Amino acid sequence: MAEWSMLTLVGEDRPGIVAAVTEVLFASGCNLGETAMVRLGGNFSMMLMVSRPTDGCALDEKLSSVMERFGLQLHQSAIIGELHSHLQPNLQLVVYGADRAGIVASVTAKLAEAGFHILDLRTDVGGSSRDPIYVMEIEGYADQEAAELEQRLEPLRQQGVEWRLSTIDLMVG
Amino acid sequence: MQILTYPDPQLKHESLPVERFDTELQAFIQELEETMRAGPGGVGIAAPQVGRLQRIVIVDVSSARKPVPNHGRMVLVNPEITQWKGMAVGREGCMSVPDYTGNVIRAEAITLTAKNEFGEHQEFQCEGYEARAVQHELDHLDGLLFLDRLVSRHRDLFRRKVYQ
Repeated sequence: MAEWSMLTLVGEDRPGIVAAVTEVLFASGCNLGETAMVRLGGNFSMMLMVSRPTDGCALDEKLSSVMERFGLQLHQSAIIGELHSHLQPNLQLVVYGADRAGIVASVTAKLAEAGFHILDLRTDVGGSSRDPIYVMEIEGYADQEAAELEQRLEPLRQQGVEWRLSTIDLMVG
Repeated sequence: MQILTYPDPQLKHESLPVERFDTELQAFIQELEETMRAGPGGVGIAAPQVGRLQRIVIVDVSSARKPVPNHGRMVLVNPEITQWKGMAVGREGCMSVPDYTGNVIRAEAITLTAKNEFGEHQEFQCEGYEARAVQHELDHLDGLLFLDRLVSRHRDLFRRKVYQ
């Protein structure tokens, strides 16, 4: 059975990081599973499910020259590679407001109370440095009806946080 | 019948029009419908999904999880969409593409003509979820999967269409 790791690589963003990292992994006999890679505030951040041959090759050694070239930091953890078992989101929440500390905490606290299972969450800071805007997009699953969740989220509007909850109606053909 | 899954090459082939409306066709359509109803949440099926490269689809969204406007069971042989209106992003999956879903832009309302299993002419006006299902199934007849039409999950071009 394949041995899975989660690799996290972070470094200052510049073109060519993905190609260089994945080329080393491929050449080392690794196979990628699900990954997420994104530029966050000038940093490139990669999370990769990697299955590797069981010959005990040390990935940090193999990646060392690429890490040095691009100034990347690596973190590895052994994981259970659970593929082919996606959970389907049934709700999408988009949140925005003037940026301030605590938006993610207050929104996700309401969701957690409702048993909302977050499957995908991204946040971004837009606007200008003088008037920054915080935007968050969440997809997840909840047994609760959208209307009940909306009631829970309603008080956030008094805190200057705008939000819109919509259902994701999956069509399987 | 067994549902073919990608990367079976038959799913990427164009299907041919039906010319004979006989008992063999009707028996096939009945089996196709049983296969659709046995599938996981399938509200539609196209003949090429079971390896028959003919322009036949079945759509029935009457038992969708959330009630939506619908025409019940529609057997569409040699279907043609004659009018499109509006556009919306929606989440789709496919019995031929297990364990993956994605966003696809479809027309919100369509007018279509087709024959039924007896060769009789029919015309439908579909909207919303049903229109989406019809467009998804008709794509199979041209060798297209929803994967061919994926748009970003994170950067919707249009506000998500909510069917209610």
